[in-house]
Amino acid sequence: MAASAATYKERQFLAVIGDEDSVTGLLLAGIGHVTEPPESQRNFLVVDSKTETSEIERAFQNFTQERKDIAVLLINQHIAERIRHSVDTFADPFPAVLEIPSKDHPYDPEKDSVLKRVRRLFGE
Amino acid sequence: MSGAVGREAVFPTRQSLGLMKNKLKGAEIGHSLLKRKSEALTKRFRDITRRIDEAKQKMGRVMQIAAFSLAEVSYAVGGDIGYQIQESAKQARFRVRAKQENVSGVLLPTFESYTQEGVNDFGLTGLGKGGQQIQRCRETYARAVETLVELASLQTAFLILDEVIKVVNRRVNAIEHVIIPRTENTIKYINSELDELDREEFYRLKKVSGKKQRDVAAADAEILAARQKKAEEQAANPKVPDATAIFVQEEEATDVLGEQEDNDVIF
Repeated sequence: MAASAATYKERQFLAVIGDEDSVTGLLLAGIGHVTEPPESQRNFLVVDSKTETSEIERAFQNFTQERKDIAVLLINQHIAERIRHSVDTFADPFPAVLEIPSKDHPYDPEKDSVLKRVRRLFGE
Repeated sequence: MSGAVGREAVFPTRQSLGLMKNKLKGAEIGHSLLKRKSEALTKRFRDITRRIDEAKQKMGRVMQIAAFSLAEVSYAVGGDIGYQIQESAKQARFRVRAKQENVSGVLLPTFESYTQEGVNDFGLTGLGKGGQQIQRCRETYARAVETLVELASLQTAFLILDEVIKVVNRRVNAIEHVIIPRTENTIKYINSELDELDREEFYRLKKVSGKKQRDVAAADAEILAARQKKAEEQAANPKVPDATAIFVQEEEATDVLGEQEDNDVIF
């Protein structure tokens, strides 16, 4: 897979799908970006218990497929669980999908799609 | 698999034998090069997987600390600042830049984080109270995000390397199990075919020379018989030697023309 320069030279933002606390914290770090007014796309999505799975799915597709300026997509692990299928089937190198722990849900390496692949490669 | 390699469709000539030998040599060189490449990549790959494992552990810790500092913030501010922050986020201050790293001909991108100067969406956040905590929280989260970016580049490298290693190994196996056996088969086929031709040629030559020998022997025998006959006739009837001589010479002349011509003085 030849990752040509054009595919990732434009990518300079991080995106988040997470619960309110994670998103707040990451926004404080300064990763939040809203595109120019006509579309005004945010690069973060706050998910709470009332958020529909289809909405998460749509945001995930948007960040991974449609937007070409996102280099890394951070997603809370418990949210990734809800759209596990999409996360597991997404295998492109860009953007890098990273599962992060949240405050209420400690990190479980067993569920991480990349770590699962690592484990499988070493036959564990 | 090795049973079905077959051979290439070539004419069994010396030229194509030379071509095949060159091809075999090329395939062997390519095989060893690819093998080495695959080994170098695998080494790098193992290194990366180990680092991913470590980085994931580290991320767990860092995020915990960050979450704690955020809890401090909400305690200090005394309310939820999430909404305010989400609304005031306009321009990304924290960005990443992709660079390339070359590992035996494979370009691995690595992300490098940088902060866009002069962008601060949260200038007024925590103005009332808790400003210090917010400042600290921002720093903590910035560090956490740096760890995340590092992890992301490792992960990207992991995915790309995984793919590349698969491709390289497939090529190595294809050369090892298909191309080399097939070329060897072809060489064997050409060789056997050439040998066959050689044998055929040899046999043909032998046949031809055998036939020639037989002809010569038959001719010799005839001459010999003719001479004997002449000798006998001369012995039996020595009075008329000339007539028989003419007759014999005529006989001989029909058989072996050149040698006997000089004896035709009688005419």
